[in-house]
This record gives sequence, C-alpha cells and structure tokens, in this order.
Amino acid sequence: METFFFMIVAAVAVLAGILVITCKNPINSALSLILTFFCLATLYVTLDAPFMAAIQVIVYAGAIMVLIVFVIMLLNVRTEAGRRSSHSVLFGSLIGLFGLFQLFYLLNRSSLTGQKGAMDSDLINKVGHTELIGKALYTDFLLPFEVTSILLLVAIIGAVILTKKKI
Amino acid sequence: MVPLHSYLILSAILFSIGTIGVLIRRNAIVIFMCVEMMLNAVNLTFIAFSKHLGNIDGQIFVFFVMTVAAAEAAVGLALMIAFYKNRESIDVEDMKLMKL
Repeated sequence: METFFFMIVAAVAVLAGILVITCKNPINSALSLILTFFCLATLYVTLDAPFMAAIQVIVYAGAIMVLIVFVIMLLNVRTEAGRRSSHSVLFGSLIGLFGLFQLFYLLNRSSLTGQKGAMDSDLINKVGHTELIGKALYTDFLLPFEVTSILLLVAIIGAVILTKKKI
Repeated sequence: MVPLHSYLILSAILFSIGTIGVLIRRNAIVIFMCVEMMLNAVNLTFIAFSKHLGNIDGQIFVFFVMTVAAAEAAVGLALMIAFYKNRESIDVEDMKLMKL
C-alpha cells in the first residue's frame, strides 16, 4: 500500500517536472512546478518530516512561487517565439540523460553505509519534529543560523538596489 | 516501507529533468524554475538520508538550502526585472553583452 502510494506521488512529481520544461507558456510551467513541490511535500510527510513538509508548502509553494508568478505576470512574458536558438534541444537532452545514467550507475554500484543515529519514528512522535529541529538548529547549528541571517540581509539589500530606477 | 533507493532514484530523475530544462530553455524565468527544481531534488535526498540514518542534521541542511533558495529568488528576480527594463526581453539569447 505504501509503495503504491509512493509510486503514484512519484509519477505525478516526474510528470509535472516534465511539464515544467515542455510547456511553452511560463505560467503553465510555474503551476506544474507548484504541483511538483506539493508532491515532494507529500513525500516528506511519509519520511517522518512533517515540519519540512509544512515549510516546503509555505516557503516554496507559497512565497517563492508567488514571487515567480508575480514577476512573470508583471513582465508579461509571451511564449517563446519560434526563433532559431543556438541551444540545441537534442544536445541538451543528451547531456541531461547522460547525467541521469551516471546517477543510476552510481546508485546501483554503491552500497549504503553509515552509522545509525538516535532519531526514529517513536522519538519524533513522542518529542515532536519541530522541537527536535529547533534543538538542533539553536545548539549545534547556531553559527550557520546566524550566517544565514546575514545572507538574508544581503539579499534584501541586493534586491532593493537592483530595482532602483537607474542602475 | 519504501526503500531508500526509490527516493534516491526519484531525486535523480527530478535533478536530471531540471538539468535538461536549464540546458534547453531560453526563457530566463523558466531556467530559474528549473534550478529551483534541482534544489528540491537535493532536498529530497537529504530528507531521505536523514530518515535512513536516523539523524536530524540532514533536515537542518534542507532548512539552509531553502533559505538560500529564497534569497536567490529575491535577487534573481530583481536581476531579471532590471534586465527587462533595459532590453525589453528576458531571453537568455539576448544576454550576450560580454560576448566577443
């Protein structure tokens, strides 16, 4: 049953992903990408990561995609004209498929090792996923967390400067 | 119980779709969305491994990847708007000012 559910969600995610790169209209691509994000959020729930699923829906499908759709509509981007492109569709697809085969080869050849940690479903159900994340984030990862705040500040300043009248 | 391999294979497929999209599309915003899809494929790998290894650190990394993606969205879209104001286009074929 679980495997069947996974297969359905994975198939929808891959189909929506293919739609993202084949749709002529950028709005349709954006909507397909949102569907992919929702499928990934579903998978996060099955992977015992409900907080990450919520963040995925709120930040990715909510904030980032709204920003992208907003810019698409603001710029009124029409569908790509039938101009001859120097990007060869065939060549690009070949490179991508080659990368995919390499990844499959690596996945089949390697064995998965590593030490098991203490986190399992029982602990997550007892303590709560958000609390576990918060504890790790504010103790072990305090410095990266602070650096992230600087990154966000730089992004805000960059966005404001870039959209000034004269650049 | 779905094995870890299934998640990794799905992640690899999504990453490759994103790569192909970056290589074959000319609309800068669509290329940007394909990059977001590649980041999401990596996030799926992180969370699958986090569950497999019983370690929360992978999910903290996903947290940081999402932060970087949000910052990237803000700056990248501002760049595209600035470019559109100058050139009336966001086709990457037109972004060749520094080409010989």
